[in-house]
Amino acid sequence: MALLEVSGLHAGYSAADILRGVAFTVEQDGITTVLGANGAGKTTLLRAVSGMVRRQGSVRFDGRPIETLTTEAIARLGIAHVPDGRGTFFDFTTEENLRIGAYTRKDRHAVARDFDRVYTYFPRLKERRHQQAGTLSGGEQQMLAIARALMLSPRLLLLDEPSFGLAPLVVQDIFRIMRSINAEEGVSVLLVEQNAVLALDLADHAYLLETGEVVMSGSADTIRSNETVRRAYLGY
Amino acid sequence: MEAFLHQVLSGLATGGIYASLALALVMIYRSTSHINFAQGEMAMFSTYLAWSLINAGVPYWWAFLLTVAISFVAGIVIERVIIRPVEHAPVLSIITVFIALLVIFNSVAGWIFTYTIKTFPSPFPEQPLFGNRFISSHELGAIGITLAVLVMLYLFFRFTPLGLAMRAAAQNPVSSRLVGVRVGWMLALGWGLAAAVGSVAGMLVAPIVYLEPNMMSGVLLYAFAAALVGGIDNPFGAVLGGFVVGILENLVGAYVIGTELKLTVALVLIIGVLLVKPTGLFGKVFVTRV
Repeated sequence: MALLEVSGLHAGYSAADILRGVAFTVEQDGITTVLGANGAGKTTLLRAVSGMVRRQGSVRFDGRPIETLTTEAIARLGIAHVPDGRGTFFDFTTEENLRIGAYTRKDRHAVARDFDRVYTYFPRLKERRHQQAGTLSGGEQQMLAIARALMLSPRLLLLDEPSFGLAPLVVQDIFRIMRSINAEEGVSVLLVEQNAVLALDLADHAYLLETGEVVMSGSADTIRSNETVRRAYLGY
Repeated sequence: MEAFLHQVLSGLATGGIYASLALALVMIYRSTSHINFAQGEMAMFSTYLAWSLINAGVPYWWAFLLTVAISFVAGIVIERVIIRPVEHAPVLSIITVFIALLVIFNSVAGWIFTYTIKTFPSPFPEQPLFGNRFISSHELGAIGITLAVLVMLYLFFRFTPLGLAMRAAAQNPVSSRLVGVRVGWMLALGWGLAAAVGSVAGMLVAPIVYLEPNMMSGVLLYAFAAALVGGIDNPFGAVLGGFVVGILENLVGAYVIGTELKLTVALVLIIGVLLVKPTGLFGKVFVTRV
């Protein structure tokens, strides 16, 4: 059964709908990516899942309807959202950013283990443990955002353009780490990206979003070999 | 020299009280960017509550603790019932609500307890402690209690998960929700804490200024000045500002303009800071790299 099942999803900010009847799924342990150009509705789609915007339709997490829950309640179910702009707590130290990520968890030992674990994935963060997070570089802040989300011990990770504004090498690094997190931690991932090459490389399933509607879906390989996608999004 | 030292020490005592109230203002300002104009009247009302308890025969320290606890709960209730519905209202509407709260607390206190000036007991002995000649026991005790409150607040915000969550909610509500922090409740808790701290300030200042419905109006002005001097979004600044304002008020009152015009010190400070350095001494310097 799919971990996240979305159908007939309409969402938007004020009167107009940005998403118009979107449907997609994220499989247990899978990585699903939603591709699309600027303004296609990718960020809105993640926000709709997290309950951050006005939405209508069906969103089921592990079989349970969550489309009426608050953002806090959805996070507490085990959906960690790495937001657009990274959502860093600038005034906190790196470590405090991670501590707040584990705020809802009661088991201190498991949290301590997860501290070690995210520091193993991101040794840079360990070096900068006591540094004010606002002074970290863009790549470090992106790592911190992912690490903070992992501290929630999530079952599903929502990633909003982790490649945004970062140097190619840093991006590759982050995607490599994402792959091992997915494999080793059993965290399913929903990734929205403009960088289609990288996203299709990581994902096993892909959807193509154009002006608020899904226009194509399939396995990552199928999408990659599609003529239109290749020309419009992969650029070769 | 002796008189000077006396002025400074007694300035420290009232300064601590201003610092507490300034801190209450800053706590709410940081999470909502609003100044709670009713903070002083809430503290006054709490003090009347303590007075009633003491008059009913409750021992002083029990009355003190009970008042702090009740004020905490009342602060939460006020946020939930009165402030929350206007959360997203324009700034002027919110200010109107704050001023309405101020007037309501003031007149309800006058209605229940009358405007007659009452004495409020100090828990400390009348003789100066340790036989010193510079500072009364109440002033010394007030400094001690203020410092204890400040230290407890610091430890709470710095080291407990709840304190961290409250800071997170004030700093970045969107991200806080995404990690499961119930931001609305954090704001309510902030109101509760501010009301509790304010009640302590009220009970400590009442033996000095006497108990009456308008007793906090002057104190609130000094607290505004303190918060502004320190930087309205900086808790450490507010505390330091409180002590600075307390000492300055006494010295200027004693040596420059006389006690009748002391309150002008607060007004001059407020206008001065706003004109010359609106961020205060420790106002936010935002360091960020993209």
